[in-house]
Amino acid sequence: MGEPNWTLARKRSILMQRARILTRIRAFFAERGFLEVDTPQRIPVNAPEQHIDPVPSDGWVLQTSPELAMKRMLAAGYETIFQICHVWRDGERGRLHLPEFTLLEWYRSGTDYRALMADCVALLQALTDGHSLCRQGREISLAPPWQVLTVSDAFHRYAPRSLAEAIADRSFETILTEAVEPCLGQDKPTFLIEYPAALAALARLKPDDPTVAERFELYIDGMEIANAFSELNDPVVQRQRFVADEQERRSAGKSAAPLPEKFLQELPTMPDAAGIALGLDRLIMLLTDTPRIDDVVALAPEDL
Amino acid sequence: MYSCADLKKGLKLLIDGEPHVIVQFDFTKPGKGQALYKCKLRNMLTGSLFDRTYRSGESFEPASLEERDMQYLYQDETGYVFMDQKSYDQVTLNADVLGDDKYFLVDNMEVKVLMFGERGIGITLPNFVDLRVTEAEPWVKGDTAAGNNKPATVESGYTLQVPSFVEEGTLIQIDTRTGEYVTRVKE
Repeated sequence: MGEPNWTLARKRSILMQRARILTRIRAFFAERGFLEVDTPQRIPVNAPEQHIDPVPSDGWVLQTSPELAMKRMLAAGYETIFQICHVWRDGERGRLHLPEFTLLEWYRSGTDYRALMADCVALLQALTDGHSLCRQGREISLAPPWQVLTVSDAFHRYAPRSLAEAIADRSFETILTEAVEPCLGQDKPTFLIEYPAALAALARLKPDDPTVAERFELYIDGMEIANAFSELNDPVVQRQRFVADEQERRSAGKSAAPLPEKFLQELPTMPDAAGIALGLDRLIMLLTDTPRIDDVVALAPEDL
Repeated sequence: MYSCADLKKGLKLLIDGEPHVIVQFDFTKPGKGQALYKCKLRNMLTGSLFDRTYRSGESFEPASLEERDMQYLYQDETGYVFMDQKSYDQVTLNADVLGDDKYFLVDNMEVKVLMFGERGIGITLPNFVDLRVTEAEPWVKGDTAAGNNKPATVESGYTLQVPSFVEEGTLIQIDTRTGEYVTRVKE
């Protein structure tokens, strides 16, 4: 008889912490009146995304996010809902990426993305006893207020060129990843807010400044943890954005898909709402002070 | 040609006519943005290291290098000496070129030596090697929990994490691709 798989056996204490964190997250949302939902993971079509590739599944696809199904629930009158589920994004594999990973998504009707910032602060505080995180011996305070920085200010502060220049020469992602992100969320968590309208995805534009979208990303220790929007509920604008994304995909030689027509049909009854997707594996990395996403899951794809 | 999806640690590319190997690789992607492929590359001729970030859509020329079956003979002041068992040709590789691979060489081990012309520029080890532990804290009786670990040093001077029950003198198997402990070896 051989020895047990040691790499898997030594993860026991982190996997026990993972289970406890999940229990506490469910309690956190239950206490606040959220309904836990469980929508299908294999679906006919995802929301079109220029840079996210779905995994095909016998004519349909695996979900890249539960976003469309959860928004259809908002449109049907479910006001505060959350979900913990697996999602699949083809080809995404790195220190912080698994092609199959766990998302926590939650939605609130009748509010905008600022309410979700307050949720993030309360959630992180509920999950930590000392109201701080330890990353490789360094302390990150979770005491409010957290840092709020616009994308434009972040480029001004940390990048070698301005946001407008970076968008014009298509270096936005490179500079964001290499120059800006490592500086974010170091002493305290950072909300990076007001994304350029071109990067709005499914977010509403800011009513008093339509050049930016009501979208934020939460960064802690240089790591992107969550992406949030004030949700766009104008079906005409949403359809235009989907069509534009699909055209970009086609011209990049990527597979294109039909539009999510049921979602677009029901969107007019969706109230003003805000929603957020949080990478649960990365949150667990922060709470267990581990450096790689592989450390917080039992088995990575290469182990299968 | 390779595409970005092929990039990974250990892949060999021809850049400006010279062979390079990816020694560190990471995939990054800002949430909804374009994927970036961050590579630390080593020029296999000069040993120099540098960082380069690629974006999806780029393509790469494979470095087609000849691999020759050779046996590791010994180490001397010029480096590590290998011999082709058919032609009896010998090549010497220095410690910088070998990197961590030097810790996993055992006398008479059969390896593949990567050749760029007449120059040996790297080796491919067997996937597993058995080495004896020369230094490890003693096993505390009663510590039987699977998953507990401690550092240990093996005969080649390499240090790694091992389960708590591994003691000085134990022969262990190491995965040469990751440098990690696999199992104890029955003797």
